[in-house]
Amino acid sequence: MLNAGLTVLGLSRFQFAMTTVFHFFFVPFSIGLAFVVAVMETMYVAKKDETYKKMAQFWGKMFLYSFAVGVVTGIIQEFQFGMNWSEYSRFMGDIFGAPLAIEALAAFFLESTFIGLWMFTWERFKPRIHALFIWLVAIGSSLSAVWILAANSFMQNPVGFAINKSTGRVVMTSFSAVVKNPQLWLELPHVLMGAGITASFVVAGCSAWRLLKKDHVSFYRKSLNVALVIGLIASLGSVASGDFQTRYLIKEQPMKFAAMEGLYKDSTNKGEWAIYSSFNTKQHKTTSSLDVPYVLNILSYHKFSGTVKGQNTVNKELHATYDKKFGKNMNYYVPTKTLFWSFRLMAVAGGLFALVAIVGLFFNRKKSQTIMKQRWFLYIMGLMIWLPFLVNTAGWFITEFGRYPWVVYGLLTIADAVSPTSTVGSLLFTNIVYFLLFAGLGLVMIVLSHRALKAGPDAVQMNGYSSEDTEGKVEDPYGTEAFNHD
Amino acid sequence: MTSAQILWFLLIGVLFSGFFFLEGFDFGIGMAVRFFGRNTAERDTIIQTIGPHWDGNEVWLITAGGAMFASFPMWYASLFSGYYLVLFLILVALIFRGVSFEFRANMKTETWRNFWEWAATIGSFCAAFLFGMMFTSMIEGVPMDAEGNIFGSFTTYVNWFSLVGGVAVTLMCLIHGLNFLQLKTLGTLRDRAQAWNKLLYPVLIVGEVLFVVLLYISTDFFAKKPASTWSILIVLVLLTLIAWWGVLKAHNWTAFIASGLSLISIVVLIFNGLFPRVMIATNSAHSILIKDASSSPYTLHIMTIVAFSILPIVLVYFIWSYWVFYKRLKSPKAA
Repeated sequence: MLNAGLTVLGLSRFQFAMTTVFHFFFVPFSIGLAFVVAVMETMYVAKKDETYKKMAQFWGKMFLYSFAVGVVTGIIQEFQFGMNWSEYSRFMGDIFGAPLAIEALAAFFLESTFIGLWMFTWERFKPRIHALFIWLVAIGSSLSAVWILAANSFMQNPVGFAINKSTGRVVMTSFSAVVKNPQLWLELPHVLMGAGITASFVVAGCSAWRLLKKDHVSFYRKSLNVALVIGLIASLGSVASGDFQTRYLIKEQPMKFAAMEGLYKDSTNKGEWAIYSSFNTKQHKTTSSLDVPYVLNILSYHKFSGTVKGQNTVNKELHATYDKKFGKNMNYYVPTKTLFWSFRLMAVAGGLFALVAIVGLFFNRKKSQTIMKQRWFLYIMGLMIWLPFLVNTAGWFITEFGRYPWVVYGLLTIADAVSPTSTVGSLLFTNIVYFLLFAGLGLVMIVLSHRALKAGPDAVQMNGYSSEDTEGKVEDPYGTEAFNHD
Repeated sequence: MTSAQILWFLLIGVLFSGFFFLEGFDFGIGMAVRFFGRNTAERDTIIQTIGPHWDGNEVWLITAGGAMFASFPMWYASLFSGYYLVLFLILVALIFRGVSFEFRANMKTETWRNFWEWAATIGSFCAAFLFGMMFTSMIEGVPMDAEGNIFGSFTTYVNWFSLVGGVAVTLMCLIHGLNFLQLKTLGTLRDRAQAWNKLLYPVLIVGEVLFVVLLYISTDFFAKKPASTWSILIVLVLLTLIAWWGVLKAHNWTAFIASGLSLISIVVLIFNGLFPRVMIATNSAHSILIKDASSSPYTLHIMTIVAFSILPIVLVYFIWSYWVFYKRLKSPKAA
């Protein structure tokens, strides 16, 4: 899968993959959950039903755990471009730094300031104002997705740039082209919908577990409803945006698409879509597969006829295009098995999410008790908690592995991006420490969330900010006279 | 050197100043958790003083890093790859202290609560120390090739000057944190923080003198810019004395602002000494200059527009959020 082996390149890639995957467990969960909590608190404001306030606080607690881990692992992400990929940073700084800095300025300040306010001011502001705080957090975290994906989209599909002749590095020529990058506006909805799925199916799954124990039935049924409505919208949106993205890939990154579909040879006009395939990746052959006709063409072109280029054809085309610049020895094949199975996981999961949401909403109708009797269904929802995390990771596997061998598509190879100062020893050390750290953090997260869930909504206490009531005693709480407190 | 390049050099300085002023007292409060707080109730209050703020304060670092990447990619690439292990340790320290506040509050057993309290304390100590060490060793000059790759040995990063620099920054953060604590609490915590700082300030003065001597020996600051370097150092010492006076007279605001400004004056000292360079190489021909390290004029132009349209809005709500938590915290009952 990875260009493994104890080399600087292999270890740097492993580090990036590990930190990104771990970080991205928490990012979509936080983005989605901020939104879910905001909806719950808004319902409290609208309906004045205390249950919804409890809901916002209870699920908000989980948001805080996830947010904390997301923040601290996010700093690694920003730093490691310079630390492990200094050649990349020099090559890309003119374009890549800008969205990163804007992300911090426009998004991180917003999130972090208002999450502080939201946590500590439940009793101090009118409910309407307090709900505004969590909305600002949700907007802030979605904005951060916009900017980081703007940066990523340039790596997938470079636009609005020129190459500086004397340094050979990229120079931005059009900021608006970088922001309008079609890749960004295809990626962003898919990522945000994925975030919605993650949060809503975790909330739904946790609620299902508690309903199995007949614990706080009305509370968890209401939570389930909010989650599944958002989950349904997000899963339909995710399938639709995924479809747009896939069809865009056929044109812009045909190698990635061919690998997702497991095609080495060009497809026939019948459009056979493989449910299952096995590959000989060394000889670039599909050894066996179970095909359904026409599905590939429906997915690719929304019609029955047409053909899709296989990896062997694309490989020849890429050699024709890039041999002059990068030499004849480049290997343009991407990790086919990873992409093929990741894509199938995404496709199946997308449908499953929508289906479960519809059935769940039906079972959980207001006057009906069906949901309490359909225990098998609650079990399924409970077990599905893990699925969104796997699917999100699969999505990034396709996006990032599918770009191989480039870090910036057609411009810079991964091998040329790594820091010349890195050593195997230090990378090995940091990889081991990161791994242990992430395992520990992940474990604490799971334990805390599980504990909060078991303790139930009544045990939730928002962190108070108990300021001294100095009214009438001391004019200025910061003045010297306040010091003589006896 | 264009004016846009100088502006961005200054802006990076401003962002790091904001970071050290704000995260400075965060680090100090973090250190105080175990060393200063005597029981759980006290530690609750100590952590609560920065509860709504620490996360926003850390964003100053993220913004400084991002802005450095955007405006001076060559600086960002050299510094971050050259200080790989130091920054890695900083990240580990920031991770531990970052999650500790939320995790601690939810621990059930004494042992695990202690664990996360120590994580906050040690993490804050290490982060402050390592930042101090990193910036001090950076201004000494580092072995660098013509492309800006740093190939340092252990003593590049760890030497007498950088150790003193690390300790000095740690001490300044601790003192700054205790000044913040005096500002945010009443009763025993505030009294004790004052008593501690009365003792710590003489130590800091000695440390600053030692730092100045080593600065004279290890850097070219005095040779290249004697007037400005001396002025900044005099301001630093004056600010320290003012803060000390503030502590003695229980002028909490004066002490807090002065200790924050003295941290900023360290940043000013560094940026003044660096100018017109961003990285100093032991072989001076390889030093990276502002004019060579920056992004293209177009990118700087875009970033200038973005910064000046967003930053004012950020400052308004950032300051407002401090205003919301203006009041002092209840002091814990004596235990």
